[in-house]
Amino acid sequence: MSDHAITLLDAVNLALARALDEDPNVVLLGEDIGTNGGVFRATDGLKARFGERRVIDTPLAETMIAGLSVGMATQGLRPVAEIQFMGFIFPTMEHMIAHAARMRHRTRGRLSCPMVLRAPFGGGIHAPEHHSESTETLLAHIPGLRVVIPSSPARAYGLLLAAIRCDDPVVFLEPKRIYRASKTLVEDNGEALPLDTCFTLREGSDITLISWGAMISETLTAADRLADEGISCEVIDVATLNPIDHATLVASVSKTGRCVIIHEAPHHAGMGAEIEATLSEQALTYLQAPPRRVTGDDTIMPYYRYEQLYLPDVDDILIAVRETMEYSG
Amino acid sequence: MHEISYQGEIRLTRYLDDQGVPLGEMPKWACGDSPWVTYYQQMVLARQFDTKAISLQRTGQMGTYASLLGAEAIDVVCASLMQPDDVLVPYYRNHAMQMIRGMSLTQLFLYWGGDERGSATPEMRRDLPNCVPIATQCLHACGVATALKLRGEHQAVLTMIGDGGTSKGDFLEAINVAGAWQLPVVFIINNNQWAISVPRSKQCIAPTLAQKALGAGIRGEQVDGNDAVALHEVVGQALERARAGKGPTLIEALSYRLSDHTTADDATRYRPSDELKAAWAREPVARLRNWLHSQGLWDEAREQAWQAETRQMIEDAVKAYQAIPPQTVDELYDYVYAECPAGLSEQREQARIRQQRREQGGTDHE
Repeated sequence: MSDHAITLLDAVNLALARALDEDPNVVLLGEDIGTNGGVFRATDGLKARFGERRVIDTPLAETMIAGLSVGMATQGLRPVAEIQFMGFIFPTMEHMIAHAARMRHRTRGRLSCPMVLRAPFGGGIHAPEHHSESTETLLAHIPGLRVVIPSSPARAYGLLLAAIRCDDPVVFLEPKRIYRASKTLVEDNGEALPLDTCFTLREGSDITLISWGAMISETLTAADRLADEGISCEVIDVATLNPIDHATLVASVSKTGRCVIIHEAPHHAGMGAEIEATLSEQALTYLQAPPRRVTGDDTIMPYYRYEQLYLPDVDDILIAVRETMEYSG
Repeated sequence: MHEISYQGEIRLTRYLDDQGVPLGEMPKWACGDSPWVTYYQQMVLARQFDTKAISLQRTGQMGTYASLLGAEAIDVVCASLMQPDDVLVPYYRNHAMQMIRGMSLTQLFLYWGGDERGSATPEMRRDLPNCVPIATQCLHACGVATALKLRGEHQAVLTMIGDGGTSKGDFLEAINVAGAWQLPVVFIINNNQWAISVPRSKQCIAPTLAQKALGAGIRGEQVDGNDAVALHEVVGQALERARAGKGPTLIEALSYRLSDHTTADDATRYRPSDELKAAWAREPVARLRNWLHSQGLWDEAREQAWQAETRQMIEDAVKAYQAIPPQTVDELYDYVYAECPAGLSEQREQARIRQQRREQGGTDHE
């Protein structure tokens, strides 16, 4: 409830409670989110506190959860729907892409769709198949949809509040590997963070490391190690993948002249490709080495015995940075 | 030892035969000219609009259009029974409903003429715009109904779907949650027997589509969709039940798609001509006219006068539609988000330049 050290998962719960408290139009819905508090406990205690009309257990049907949210949002409610795992988000895609993303545009602002679709995503928790993928790029490609990913308890709190208050549909993807990884102080002050900017987590002068979600942890650790080697890394958390704040990325890389992009999602047509393309258009003359990507490979996400090999680690980042620093044309 | 756990039945309501002759004694509420004459007039207007829309498409003055031919009674009766604060969640064949709910004919031409402003009129209040992806509107209707219910508003939501759409999961998920939550929603199946080229018999083995309601635990029934009197009773009662908090209803309205699927379709490729001919003998507009004639509520002079009046209304609407200037380029960018993001603003600026260049004939003319 208060200003003490909490996990990212606690921060999600705190922001949901704050939103329910401050706006009667906010309604949570999803599978097992009521009495059970969600399979990860993100909504723990909220039904008891706000009642079953505000925290609604739905029938087991993801398409329905998204379709219902669209209808509710057109009437001025602010539904915050939970999909249990990102691997089960696909049935919602028709409603998110064909309806939520387009409602404002196709009615010329007569109706809008201020909904949030929350889902835990990413690997690293030894989950069964379909529970570990990172498919954020599929959603980040859609005009009209905002795609937001926090990487710390404070940003989970501030960005989720912003997503709920936003008048556009937002897909809010929660990196479940770091749900309980660390605790930091989060002030429950109701202050949202901006959805139109990247967050520069660490300033540096030699190379820019760009990432989001759980991989921010490995990226920051790598930056610490590289500092010991005398390499000064600027670390940027993209946070909002669409619409993306290219300006901050371009400015940073124009300053450092080098760049490594780190994401769990597959390499091919991942967000790293989009960022690299923009850097080549807008920062090419500043580049002292080709931008690099450290990503998942273009395989099916392995079952958990091999998921650690699939996931980029600190070493992968160190190697990519050192090679980029050593590049001499 | 076996016992019967559940038995259900599906009722079919009809009052007029194919030619508009009462099948028995008409109920008391059916006596008099109201609302039947108004229904008839709206049905004629809907058909005239349809004819004009097809002709505009054929002459390159409007885009691909989904005809409502044969669904005039369903559309007109459903929309007329709705209260202003009820919410319509239409699919793409509900032009007559939208017209009665307050959308102008000009606006309808505008939508089918490829302009987003066709879904923007304030007269549509909180009605949703046309829904093209099949069956998805059923879930939106449940979402709207959930909002009404949570707010304690005693209004109803009405949505429509074709027979083909009932094969889709969205429809089944919608009637399921509508039942589980007792939502104030009325689902109308316009069973016009064809989903583009696939006939009703190939969609589902069940003898009625209304019986899908039984699986969701909600009320389901059939009505003759070409019989305005039967529709009036069945849809009216369903809307009243919804407003009174007595739960959802699934109504299968039996009709026939007298047109192609859309102007881009050619039904002669798959539909037997004798079937179409037989369907014309049961169509809703002539059926209601015959009944009105038999009761002295309508005659040839009134018919001629109304036909002329509606033709004029439609001509005026076409002129107004054709006089509407195109949207500005900015409008393509300004409604994607509540506030235009930086990257999109740059694209908007480039689009303004691109449009100017094209208006001047391209780079060769610079």
